Amino acid sequence: MSGDPQHEPRGKNGRAPDVLRVGGWMPMREYPQNEAVDFAIVGTGAGGGTLACRLAEKGFKVIAFDAGAWWRPLEEFASDESHQKKLFWTDERLCDGEDPIKLGNNNSGKAVGGSMVHFAMVSLRFRPEWFKSRSILGYGADWPIDWREMWRYYRIVENALKISGPVTYPWGPKRGRYPYRAHELNAAAMVLARGAEEMGIAWSPTPLSTLSAPRGLAHPCAYRGFCVSGCSTNAKQSTLNVWIPRAVKAGAEIRDLAMVGRVAVNEAGLCTGVDYFREGRWQFQRAKHVVVAGYAIETPRLLLLSANGRFPEGLANSSGLVGKNFMVQSNQAVWGLMDEEIRAYKGPPSLAITEHWNYADKGKDFFGGYAYMSQGPLPVVWTLTQTKRGLWGEALLKEMQHYNHQVGLKMVGETLPQERNCITLADEKDAYGLPIARVTHAYCDNDRRLIEHALDFMGKALDAGGAKDIWRETDDTCHLNGSARMGSDPRTSVVNADGRSWDIPNLWICDGSVFPTVGGVNPSLTIQAIACRTADRIGVLAARGEL
Amino acid sequence: MSMHTSRYPGYDVLRKRDTPSWDEPTRKVIKERLATPSDPRFLDAVQWRALEALCACIVPQPIDRPRVPLAGMIDMRLHANAGDGFRYARLPPLREAWRIGLAALDEESKGRHELPFASIEPAAQNALLKHMQHGELASGAWQGMDPQLFFTHRVLPDICGAYYSHPLAWNDIGFGGPANPRGYVRMYYDRRDPWEAVEAKPGKERQALKENRRVR
Repeated sequence: MSGDPQHEPRGKNGRAPDVLRVGGWMPMREYPQNEAVDFAIVGTGAGGGTLACRLAEKGFKVIAFDAGAWWRPLEEFASDESHQKKLFWTDERLCDGEDPIKLGNNNSGKAVGGSMVHFAMVSLRFRPEWFKSRSILGYGADWPIDWREMWRYYRIVENALKISGPVTYPWGPKRGRYPYRAHELNAAAMVLARGAEEMGIAWSPTPLSTLSAPRGLAHPCAYRGFCVSGCSTNAKQSTLNVWIPRAVKAGAEIRDLAMVGRVAVNEAGLCTGVDYFREGRWQFQRAKHVVVAGYAIETPRLLLLSANGRFPEGLANSSGLVGKNFMVQSNQAVWGLMDEEIRAYKGPPSLAITEHWNYADKGKDFFGGYAYMSQGPLPVVWTLTQTKRGLWGEALLKEMQHYNHQVGLKMVGETLPQERNCITLADEKDAYGLPIARVTHAYCDNDRRLIEHALDFMGKALDAGGAKDIWRETDDTCHLNGSARMGSDPRTSVVNADGRSWDIPNLWICDGSVFPTVGGVNPSLTIQAIACRTADRIGVLAARGEL
Repeated sequence: MSMHTSRYPGYDVLRKRDTPSWDEPTRKVIKERLATPSDPRFLDAVQWRALEALCACIVPQPIDRPRVPLAGMIDMRLHANAGDGFRYARLPPLREAWRIGLAALDEESKGRHELPFASIEPAAQNALLKHMQHGELASGAWQGMDPQLFFTHRVLPDICGAYYSHPLAWNDIGFGGPANPRGYVRMYYDRRDPWEAVEAKPGKERQALKENRRVR
């Protein structure tokens, strides 16, 4: 093991950490700064990490930058909620609007691998109709991509991560069995199943990106339950231990602890490279193409920070939509107590799911859908949930005594794109001297009706599952999407279906910010599928001489 | 002070420290947490007194075991200036919010009782905090910071979050604690692995106590 990965870069001197071996290293190609690489990618999460891998495997010269550390899970991840905050993006951001969101834990990562390092591993496909939600379902915006194409890429990603899931998935077109078998259910998941059956709707073991059988050097999941604090066994299949090692083997360079502060553009209006801060100084990397993949806050922030005389409103922003249509997902829950001991801290937190209300359209007074899943909050997250309903003192301690009997159902709900929900630059500066992001968020009436429907239904399902003393957690969100949407019209979108900027042909975006709509499922699988598609499209365009 | 008797008598998650449920990184992290100083690095003596009193109200700890050094944990966090990764635009940054909040708490207390917060009766302390929680405080000492927002978005999450990151609090609620590499096997209702806490069912407290002493 070497040094402090938060202060000393590891991707250096021709080598990179081999995260699958204790103290291991692997050779890594390095590119000179003054020689333009084919692609400089900003961010190594589900979008950037996956894209770096696929582009490198096609033979492109790629450097991917990440502001965070390159961790070795086997040696450096503690089984501890508080300590593992080191995986989160904890640089300051300002949150306002009618319904200001919380950031910093479940929805932001700062590490090589991005927030997939601490994601809950839930790996779901979009409902096919969502790719044409405007035309078919009457809300939101259409994607410029056909669902059948996306489903081919979903399959590729599911195989790359060896997703564990059921033989038959209850919703949507046939998809074949998942690569690895489903995990067994824990008691919290059984309550979801029991409630769903009582309510007459389908449920399923959740497709999860954690191994249910050995794979190479990685062991199957040991059900330790610290998934959202980072997996210290490598059972979780993520950018950090799947896509990035592949990328490095294929010749990509990853620069960790490298904060990109500006995309440089020349007189001709083309990107020339990126300014980044590493090892105490600002440096410049030349590149033929720049891909911004910082997720739905940092991506628009960087595009806005890169404003110059030629693009005074920020890069890729002729539509005025950079930073706009920012979408979270509603993440409200119902909680209750069981007579039985549940001990929901064991196993992955969301072992069972129902997508019933993603696929059923009747009986709704709102647009969009939601899934809900069983839950396994660890003590810190659980007490923060309790304090949100105002508990403290004796009342809090008394409630916390029921920890091992608590059970809950939590939604991942669709919110509609609204221009007023946006990322802008604040006056305040961060440690790099760059203006921090201001995140403005409010639900619309449709969002509220969807949430009310979900809370009502989940409450009944939890009751039917055998819980008592049921209460609602009414304030929580998850995931960040949509602040640089893709589309088929330059006036109403920031990038095209390939993630390519309408304004600057050698500037690309590859992360959740390109989503025109967000659906009622966790976005990571879709982000990776888009990254794989973007890589293939770049390959095709290059072959045609259209890059 | 809490008079609740533990639902998991005799359970001590630290007995697992040298078992396959704990790995080296975790042992190191928890050791540091257990060594949290019980005197301030960041706050001055007046602020520290107010914080200690505030922590005792928010988390009235059981009297039959050592106390979680809550004020020390908050002070360490302020010393490190470890933010959450966001803040509501209506709140000042972490350190400033706590500085203003603790001073204002003393001012509100003096305005009512002519004594700082730490010197008034627990009932009066709790009453004052309820006013804060319900948005009923308005002294100029808040310097424009919303007392209710400070209470719901700084006081409660910071103090309670720190408390339940401590092994002593894990014991109280029967949490299994660190679990690498051993993890868990028995996932079904009412099943526990031999290295998990035993819940005392009514009338079976002594048996639970005996079994919990063997849990490791």
